[in-house]
Amino acid sequence: MTDNTQSFQFFNRGPSPAVRLVFFSVLSLLLLFIDARFRYLESTRSALSVLVSPIQRLATLPGELWQHAGDFFTTQRRLVEENQALHQQHERDAAQLSQLQALQQETRQLRNLLKLPQHGELAAQAAEIVYAERDVFKRKVIIDKGANADVLIGQVVRDDAGIVGQVTRVYPWLAEVTMITEKDHAVPVMVLRNGLRTIVFGAGDTSQLSLRYMPVSSDIQHDDLLVTSGIDGVYPPGIPVAKVVKIERDPAYPFARITCLPVAGVDNHRHLMILSGLPQPPERPAGEQAEQHLKMKQKK
Amino acid sequence: MSYSADPKPEIQRPISNAFIASSVLVALFLNGLPWEGMGLIMRPDFVAVVMLYWCTHKPLRVGIGLTWAVGILADVADASLFGQHALAYTLLAFGGVMLHHRLKMFNLRQQTTHVFIVLALTYAVYALVHWQVSGYMVWSYFFGCLTSTLLWAPLSLMFQAAQRIHADRDH
Repeated sequence: MTDNTQSFQFFNRGPSPAVRLVFFSVLSLLLLFIDARFRYLESTRSALSVLVSPIQRLATLPGELWQHAGDFFTTQRRLVEENQALHQQHERDAAQLSQLQALQQETRQLRNLLKLPQHGELAAQAAEIVYAERDVFKRKVIIDKGANADVLIGQVVRDDAGIVGQVTRVYPWLAEVTMITEKDHAVPVMVLRNGLRTIVFGAGDTSQLSLRYMPVSSDIQHDDLLVTSGIDGVYPPGIPVAKVVKIERDPAYPFARITCLPVAGVDNHRHLMILSGLPQPPERPAGEQAEQHLKMKQKK
Repeated sequence: MSYSADPKPEIQRPISNAFIASSVLVALFLNGLPWEGMGLIMRPDFVAVVMLYWCTHKPLRVGIGLTWAVGILADVADASLFGQHALAYTLLAFGGVMLHHRLKMFNLRQQTTHVFIVLALTYAVYALVHWQVSGYMVWSYFFGCLTSTLLWAPLSLMFQAAQRIHADRDH
């Protein structure tokens, strides 16, 4: 500040707004690019989430208070009715469970005889949805179990009826679950009736799923149940995913348009189960792509 | 203030940093409430409006850098891409700082028109980023722009009233 011209700068405000605009815009664009392409910033994100999470927790309070108030004022009659319904459900389930146990025993024995690997029993932990995604066009929720409860990226989340989605981001105390209805989210499934393998995709803007690339002639019927096939090792086999609700077979197109609805209450519940301990499949062998590459090179 | 359209300009008490900080926290809280469905589409961006207010009224204290930092926090809170809110808020703050001399001469209705333009640019950034990342344009972002603009007038009145109450308490 020895320079005479500068000593008149009474109100030194640093760089001009335009310079700041350019600087911070470029910084934001850089962050956007890094986050969208490489996902290097997850640790920064989880560190900052420690700052923000108290506010987020606070923001869920009004909803919870409202719910508590509602719980408090439920009538005796409704409770009795619900209790009866649950008892009936329990009796039905108990009967089915005993059958299931017998079947499991039988399957285990048969698998032993055929020397197939056993389906492991998956450990599950309950989690509660803390809040839904702020963006209407994303099908994601945040749950209250995170790295502190050993939640890992890629773990499957289900409810009592079927698959809800999978964990896609883990914060210290929270985790983000991407639902199966997220746009272009894919789940390998098979048709329960005939074992036809296919992949079901999320539609994104509605709570629907679609089966793409199924030939017009494929054997799919209305009300067919799709269960996970267990191929690719992300989803354990045999959990219900969706039910076929609409099939359009137009011979002008090679593929049928098949719409399904998720079996799980994807948009309904507050409580979910995180499955863990899924056995890792062996490494995928060097695929055809590599071989094709080699062939192409040889031709050249 | 002699050019102000306000017939009797009042002397307002300087705003404390704590007041600014708590207003931003409250805005983050309001953004974080469990909005759903139509409510989420129509939800005004409280943080954006509050930051714009401070950028236009206290540009020396709340500038582009601070608004950018709040944008990063909003990104973390929304689990959106890093930099999406930050970029939008940078533009918003620039608009606010540019407008701050002009806005004082306008009445509330004229201010709202200017604020609408700045907010529309901000929401255009959201929509553009969304378009770049997911490949399709989402027009309903602009509903939020309208509701945010409607929030400007009550919010400015509220903040001005808050400053006046402070002043009254002194006497």
